[in-house]
Amino acid sequence: MTTLTPTTSDEVLSTVAWAVGEETPLEIIGHGSKRGIGRPLQTEHTLDLSTLTGVTLYEPAELVLSAKAGTPLADIEKLLAENGQQLAFEPMDYGPLLGGEPGKGTIGGVLGANLSGPRRLKAGAARDHILGINVVSGRGEAFKSGGRVVKNVTGYDMSKLMANSWGTLAVFTDVTFKVLPSAETEVTLAIRGLLDDAAASAMALALGSSAEVSSAAHLPERIAARVAGGALGSDAATLLRVEGFGPSVAYRIAALKTLLGKAGPLEEIAGEASHLIWRDVRDIRPFADGSEKPVWRVSMAPFHAHQMVLTLRMQAAASAFYDWQGGLVWLRMEEGDPEAALLRGLLRKHGGGHATLVRAAPAHRAALPVFEPQPPALAALSQRLKQEFDPKNILNPGRMA
Amino acid sequence: MSGLAMPKPDDATMRRREEIVADMRIIVPGEGVVDAANAMRAFESDGLTAYRQLPLVVVLPETVAQVSRVLKYCNDRNIRVVPRGSGTSLSGGALPLEDAVLLVMSRFNRILAIDFPNRIVVAQPGVTNLGITTAVEQEGFYYAPDPSSQIACSIGGNVAENSGGVHCLKYGLTANNVLGIEMVLMNGEVVRLGGSHLDAEGYDLLGVMTGSEGLLGVVTEVTVRILKKPETARALLIGFPTSEQGGQCVADIIGAGIIPGGMEMMDRPAIHAAEDFVHAGYPLDVEALLIVELDGPGVEVDHLITAVEAIAISNGSTTCRISQSEQERLSFWAGRKAAFPAVGRISPDYYCMDGTIPRKELPRVLAGMRELSEKYGLGVANVFHAGDGNLHPLILYDANVPGELDKAESFGADILRLCVKVGGVLTGEHGVGVEKRDLMPEMFNQVDLEQQMRVKCAFDPNHLLNPGKVFPQLRRCAELGRMHVHRGQVAFPDIPRF
Repeated sequence: MTTLTPTTSDEVLSTVAWAVGEETPLEIIGHGSKRGIGRPLQTEHTLDLSTLTGVTLYEPAELVLSAKAGTPLADIEKLLAENGQQLAFEPMDYGPLLGGEPGKGTIGGVLGANLSGPRRLKAGAARDHILGINVVSGRGEAFKSGGRVVKNVTGYDMSKLMANSWGTLAVFTDVTFKVLPSAETEVTLAIRGLLDDAAASAMALALGSSAEVSSAAHLPERIAARVAGGALGSDAATLLRVEGFGPSVAYRIAALKTLLGKAGPLEEIAGEASHLIWRDVRDIRPFADGSEKPVWRVSMAPFHAHQMVLTLRMQAAASAFYDWQGGLVWLRMEEGDPEAALLRGLLRKHGGGHATLVRAAPAHRAALPVFEPQPPALAALSQRLKQEFDPKNILNPGRMA
Repeated sequence: MSGLAMPKPDDATMRRREEIVADMRIIVPGEGVVDAANAMRAFESDGLTAYRQLPLVVVLPETVAQVSRVLKYCNDRNIRVVPRGSGTSLSGGALPLEDAVLLVMSRFNRILAIDFPNRIVVAQPGVTNLGITTAVEQEGFYYAPDPSSQIACSIGGNVAENSGGVHCLKYGLTANNVLGIEMVLMNGEVVRLGGSHLDAEGYDLLGVMTGSEGLLGVVTEVTVRILKKPETARALLIGFPTSEQGGQCVADIIGAGIIPGGMEMMDRPAIHAAEDFVHAGYPLDVEALLIVELDGPGVEVDHLITAVEAIAISNGSTTCRISQSEQERLSFWAGRKAAFPAVGRISPDYYCMDGTIPRKELPRVLAGMRELSEKYGLGVANVFHAGDGNLHPLILYDANVPGELDKAESFGADILRLCVKVGGVLTGEHGVGVEKRDLMPEMFNQVDLEQQMRVKCAFDPNHLLNPGKVFPQLRRCAELGRMHVHRGQVAFPDIPRF
């Protein structure tokens, strides 16, 4: 087992070209913070990009930042924060859930896993903010796509294609992201004590208003106690985040209070306390229990989520909480069996979407499709695409199988 | 069509035209097949009117099954197909080919579902962009991307072109507002990407389909996200003695953490043309005019108007008007929205370009354009999506003067080369089409282009769907698939390993 640690884009190119020539597969990693997701790999060689680092361009007034793919996300977020800016899509950290250290992960991994956070609802995911890439394909060729400007339709958007490709199409060497100003003020309105169905209605009402809610989550009873060090107490909490300039936030929070006054008891949570709650929702802290109990990430139509969870619970013991107004369901299977067929069957009956098994024992990950299986024509198309980028199946072979 | 080489018509297809037309009538019965030359004239061109070509036959299907059968029929017989929505492309994306079926999606014109709790609309691809907003505005919702052709352009065409509009700095492009599509591949297979949920389960094929200019598949259904209309909107109209000051004002607004709903700039020739046309009350003694629109709750808009006004003054603005009524806000926009026809009044013809540049390069690019304008002896007026660096230079020419169209095209190409040189791109929102096809090597090397063509191979291995667009040179997929491997080379001697 050899680990190769290139420090330049040229070294990445020569490494991949060598592997192609030898037809020897590579596992591509950054910090390895998401290594536990997907089918486990057994390759002889690992291509470790954590030494391919550095911000190569940052122009705050142009809202653009470029970095080598192995640059720590934490470094980039720190640099942006010093300039009052942020990655608006709020990339989550899988570390706590998967038993790793928090605060790890590279900017390349952010794109490869198409990370996002609670603000996905309003601001999009990594796919919506990537502007350009330089990569090395599984053919051992370096190519680029996109650019450094925020509006660009020149040629196919191959940068988006890299989002959620989990290192199976190309090895990233450079990425360019759109960056945005951080909000001046953040306030969260919490409605307490709602059951899942009432929470779904309250969130739909809030998101259907002009209050520009940037995040909406529902933490059922007891789950609520597991964020922000227990600051919320254990009663169910339906959380609505409002961000922006001070006077605007105050006005919109007041509007939400009027709108939702009858839904349940309301609490206002401001500043750092609000920030900590959303960080923990983002990083799935309620299920960061050090166990290997299966955890699913389910993306679906927001208003159908609570019904699907209700039906699931009639057949299997599961804990759940909701982000993205319900469009993102985090599920922990309490009896150890992932119940993949049951869950995916129910998902199809509730408007469709996809379920990814983000935490499971290696045996389950090897035996079950971690990523949502696709219908035959779509699966064949995806496979043809893989073939066009990595014909010898050198890059993370089988990880998305 | 000046100097534009399109794929050579396939003789076998041309010879079988009658048989193909008859077969199309079987697949799409009724009025859905048009083959008379005079009736096909309506389809010979899109928004890039300098180029015209009659297609082999025009087919207007009504069902997904018909689209699938047409494409499979053509795929099996090696017949080319050009898809078309409303035909408003400004880059020739829907330009017909002599030997190709023109597949017109305009009869797919129904809204299929409106779902307020999930805030989505499912529409057939021929529904107009504005038609989606019209369908939901009674409940106070709208569809955010608003290309200037929104009355006419279709949502399917918006997906093909990844259309933008003046509000996309704050609300994103089509790619950021589409949740799912149904599409038909060239082999007739029907595939659904996404749906009413967010993000892809595997590769982001929806991401690559959006902006693929009709080369990868034919969209038959679109699911978009709708937003609640902002409570209010107000605008500032700000004049500057130099474009540098206008550019710095834009940078400072963004630097202050403000992302306006719209931020548009015009240069002196565009200001004068617009003012002469619509009498919007634009100042005529400025070099740059900036329209900044803030939207949201009234209290936020008022707060930000004050902030932007202060920034404008600190950058030496000579005029700064703030809209006091909805009517006044609309009057600020009237000139900008009429800029293209206004320029059409001062010149027999104009040619609209679409490069994007890093905003800080604006003064340099405007200076470069003035030099080019002198070199070619043609005037140019500029409107500019200032927030995102998307330039629309309008080159003034007269198509009736021999050689002027060629000159205008060369001028345009030089402008785009300049955009690329300063770190920008060939097209911000109009697409490559046929118009910028031959300029692609300015931005991409051969390896870059070949990998894009390999994406095409995964969807349409015989290059039958919309050939002659986007790529300057067609390469056979078998040839593109060959690998040049270097076996036995010394394995990365300088790379650290452990």
